[in-house]
Amino acid sequence: MTRGWCKEYTAASYTVVMSIVRNIAGITKGMSITFREMLQPTEVENYPDGPGPTRGAVLQERFRGAHELQRDENGLEKCVACFLCAAACPSNCIYIEAAENTAEQRISSAERYAKVYNIDYNRCIFCGYCVEACPTDAITHGHGFELASLNATNLVMRKEDMLVANVGMPGQLAAHSDSLK
Amino acid sequence: MPDMPEISDFVATSTLLQARPEEGSGDRTMVLNMGPQHPSTHGVLRLVIEIDGETVTRVVPDIGYLHTGIEKTCEAKFYQQVVPMTDRIDYLSPMTNNLCYCLAVEKLIGIEIPERAIYLRVLLNELTRLNSHLVWLGTHAMDIGALTVFLYTFREREEILRIFEMVSGQRMMTSYFRVGGIALEPPLDFFDRVRNLLKILPEKIDEYQNLLTGNPIWVGRLKGVGHLSAADAIALGVTGPPLRASGVDWDLRRDMPYSGYEKFQFRVPISNDGDVWARYVVRLEEMRESVKIAQQALDGMPGGPIKADAPKIVLPDREKMKTQMESLIYHFKIVTEGFQVPAGEVYQAVESPRGEMGYYVVSDGTAKPYRVHMRNPSFATLQALQTMCAGRLIADVVAVIGSIDIVLGEIDR
Repeated sequence: MTRGWCKEYTAASYTVVMSIVRNIAGITKGMSITFREMLQPTEVENYPDGPGPTRGAVLQERFRGAHELQRDENGLEKCVACFLCAAACPSNCIYIEAAENTAEQRISSAERYAKVYNIDYNRCIFCGYCVEACPTDAITHGHGFELASLNATNLVMRKEDMLVANVGMPGQLAAHSDSLK
Repeated sequence: MPDMPEISDFVATSTLLQARPEEGSGDRTMVLNMGPQHPSTHGVLRLVIEIDGETVTRVVPDIGYLHTGIEKTCEAKFYQQVVPMTDRIDYLSPMTNNLCYCLAVEKLIGIEIPERAIYLRVLLNELTRLNSHLVWLGTHAMDIGALTVFLYTFREREEILRIFEMVSGQRMMTSYFRVGGIALEPPLDFFDRVRNLLKILPEKIDEYQNLLTGNPIWVGRLKGVGHLSAADAIALGVTGPPLRASGVDWDLRRDMPYSGYEKFQFRVPISNDGDVWARYVVRLEEMRESVKIAQQALDGMPGGPIKADAPKIVLPDREKMKTQMESLIYHFKIVTEGFQVPAGEVYQAVESPRGEMGYYVVSDGTAKPYRVHMRNPSFATLQALQTMCAGRLIADVVAVIGSIDIVLGEIDR
């Protein structure tokens, strides 16, 4: 009787010891990975304290950020106010008013130009449909992404906010090259 | 006016809002709210839990906190404009949603998709599955208390997201697929980058497994918890990894192939245990299989066009659009008027990371869908929560929520 109890007791303590050993082995295995990872290079984008215009954020070439309205090689606006971007937009965030170019005041190279071009960033979902639709490559996605604002009315961008800087005629480029840098 | 039930009637009869201790239970039970801000409920899920001491007697999910009205919005958009909406339903697997919607509309129109687009879709879909499972593993482990895994899985997920950003321009809301193909040709170094990722992923998955599988706390929290029998799983409409973890051998990629999945060789991992542990094992195995499928798609990537030859439906190449008058006219017509889809209805199901994701599209012959309904796997899986949690401890509810891998965006739509 006593011997039987003893046997059971030994068997039970054996299982307990084995489970402790197994658990320690399991945790050691896990911790070994943790320690190995300590030696791996850090994978952190040092935003917003990093270098460059994006302040450390790594963006891919195709990143769909804040829109830019482009100019052609003569410094004229590429947008011809065809309204295709507004039609393609799934969230109806683009508002355009067209006007005719005149001989005195030429804004775009075609007949019409966008007198008003607003994008409501409260609504924009950055799907890229406007860029896909634009037949003159006038609207593109830039890499701007710091768009948050405490005031929703600040999020309606006007043409002046999105239009790229006019670097002038090709001949004038050299004169402006300092400002480009 | 016929007797229409008032909304207040629904509220009155809702079991949820009546979730008070059952009659006759005396003071033994109490009702506890978990969520919608609880850190372990994954999004904005609210669970009303009736507990007896620490034992759960009833779990009633309260959904609708993330209702966006996407299904209804789809009816006001052209067919091509619905694609960005679909991203936002299941935001952890946007490409799968894109694919499912595009396949459904393509089925209605009856257009052939070029081989290269099919392979790219499969490749990106498997990357999406990996992405989603990495999030699941990280958050599930974090719920249980193993924070380290989260950091490692999100490191690999970051690379997948960068690849998505590389091809589509966005990390999560990709909107990369179009009805009739794919929006853009992938950039030049895309394939190298995917190849490098697929090379390191198997050993990373081993790493997660080594971190967790032998861990006594992990085993103790997962094994035998949240049991769901095969019969219950089928009766409740559970699909995907939870169904396969209950021992039902059912994977739409193999059993109802779509988008060229019949050309790929892969294994469907099964487990008969039906508990949280089984779901963990099944998903880990699925990640390995996804790597294999993605590798096959990468190796067999054919050349050729990425859009179908259907000028009235697919936007023309930009090159052609700028040089040929006819293409320009089609471009204007598609963007401003959409494309007409023959009247009819179609149901297309794909295997999303969470289970059977289905799009039911009804067309009345115009350029806008008459109805787009989504069958979402998370919704069905959530209904199984009561079966899995009743009679268990309240801490197990956290493990079970982690294991069913729900996305509230697709439950509420």
